[in-house]
Amino acid sequence: MTAHFSAENRSRAEALVALYPRRRSALIPLCHLAQAQDGWLCAEAMEEIADLCGVTPAEVYGTATFYDMLHTERVGRHVIAICTNIACLLSGAYELVEHAERRLGIRCGQTTADGEFTLEEAECLAGCDAAPCVQVNHRYVGALSEASFDALLADLAQGERRGEIPRHGVLCRVERAVALPGTAAPSRARRGG
Amino acid sequence: MLTDAPRIVTRRLGYDDSYTLERYLATGGYGALRKALRMKPEAVRDEVNRASLLGRGGAGFPAGRKWSMLRPAETTYLVVNGDESEPATFKDHLLIERDPHQIIEGAAIAAYAVGVRRAFVFCRGEFALGLERLTQACNDAYGYGALGSRIFGSSFSLDIVVHPGAGAYICGEETALLESLEGKRGFPRIKPPYFPAAIGLYGEPTVVNNVETISTLPWIVENGGDAFAALGARTSTGTRLFALSGRVARPGWYELEMSKTTFRDLIFDPTLGGGVAGGGELKAFIPGGVSAPWFGPDQLDLGLDQDAVAQAGSMLGSGSVVVLDETSCAVRAAWRITRFFSRESCGQCTPCREGGHWLEKVLRRIEEGEGRSSDLDLVMDVCDNLAPGVSWPPEQTTVCVFGPSIPSSVASAIRMFRAEFLAHVRMGGCPRGRAGGPEAGAR
Repeated sequence: MTAHFSAENRSRAEALVALYPRRRSALIPLCHLAQAQDGWLCAEAMEEIADLCGVTPAEVYGTATFYDMLHTERVGRHVIAICTNIACLLSGAYELVEHAERRLGIRCGQTTADGEFTLEEAECLAGCDAAPCVQVNHRYVGALSEASFDALLADLAQGERRGEIPRHGVLCRVERAVALPGTAAPSRARRGG
Repeated sequence: MLTDAPRIVTRRLGYDDSYTLERYLATGGYGALRKALRMKPEAVRDEVNRASLLGRGGAGFPAGRKWSMLRPAETTYLVVNGDESEPATFKDHLLIERDPHQIIEGAAIAAYAVGVRRAFVFCRGEFALGLERLTQACNDAYGYGALGSRIFGSSFSLDIVVHPGAGAYICGEETALLESLEGKRGFPRIKPPYFPAAIGLYGEPTVVNNVETISTLPWIVENGGDAFAALGARTSTGTRLFALSGRVARPGWYELEMSKTTFRDLIFDPTLGGGVAGGGELKAFIPGGVSAPWFGPDQLDLGLDQDAVAQAGSMLGSGSVVVLDETSCAVRAAWRITRFFSRESCGQCTPCREGGHWLEKVLRRIEEGEGRSSDLDLVMDVCDNLAPGVSWPPEQTTVCVFGPSIPSSVASAIRMFRAEFLAHVRMGGCPRGRAGGPEAGAR
């Protein structure tokens, strides 16, 4: 097996494995790490994760495909998730979805040809007091109208919100600074956020 | 009636920097943990028992009793359930983002009380900012001496690992959460054992407590269980964080004294919900998450009380209240809730996997104007297969309570608004007409 994680991410991966009494528990955090590196979860990453967790690549794939956030196919730099569950439905979420589909020229579940945007219809994102609730790369962007949706797209295309919304796959930018007793110190402890 | 009960879990949220260690310490943070560490663990457990704290996740099981069931063993775990995903529930999200130290302090108190040395905070993956805040708070708590070995110079040590979820509603079910934490698909475990306190994470005894439950502990230790139990009434003691959404003027979170405050207060008081959006009429409301049967205007005067709501045929559940007004289509609302269940079924049990799917299809065709006059009977027949008798609380047919919860919304919508369903069938669609039909999301 050739290494897929960068040297820096490989040491992050080993530090993650060391946090758990059993290494398979690191499977999902490692999938997030692979997505942070690549933007999605590719077969090579799943092979290396399998090796780190002591399971087969098929078990990693079978687990990853259970979870909505883990993408085993390429997605755009910006994954736009519009919640259409009950509170958002009552606040015009489907009308916003239709607008987004027209505006982007794609349907939910698809990615624009330039690889910039993936549109998703989400289940409740726990932001019902600002409905319809929208997330970009799992960052809340507030309740959106059609006009503010268009403004958001323009900002994202021009990279104006990069500090606040990292590219898809980057989930938690703060790393754990403290190792557990009896394990090696995290190789890279830094404050982020 | 609005009471002058203190804010317990939201007391710090008026500050912009409520999530920082500096603000936490400036507002008395970690004082409760210091106090707890000077008490015997059984004295801490006793305070929580006296508080009669009911779990705030949805099932409402007494927290003290959950602790008392922990099987003595060399290795035990505490898992904080922060996988909040019940539709229209957004209270734990708030507490994770805005007061992560309160969760860490509460977890440390719980761990000390039950003798656990390793804890996990399972945070819903979609809460990216929450994960960052929790991780930073954890780092800072270690630096401050509130986590790690020999906390505050005592003989008690605790490590907490913040664990990200990856997007699956079912992982809020505590045994599915443990499977997920073990790096597997979130399949709920077969019961018995009913409680992870007997067999939990890696087969070891495990306490699983909700974020809000854990967040309540510092206040209880500071002020005593009796002070908590003096708030509310009967079994519904203390305050609780309610999430209000839907067709309401002021959607948001409100921490209210249990039992003494009513649904009418929550929805209509000018300082709370402020009434129906646009000044319209309330048509129905969902009292405790989408697994709960709906209520009509005649139940507005019920207290926010676990037993009172149960006796009236529903549940206070996750503390989320959704308002439907006269512009809301009952068929569409029931269809969308059912669609959620059909999408989020883990697929292990046939009644849930197949039943939710078929209910969604039949409801969609009614909503889209393709409904048949026999469809309502068909819907109720499928509901009966999911939860025989379609009663409340539902009869169980599956490994977890998810599947048998599917009929709640559908059955109450048909019971309350049968004429509206029939009108959809008769008129070939929603009598209101609409711009964006369900087809946008049903592909």
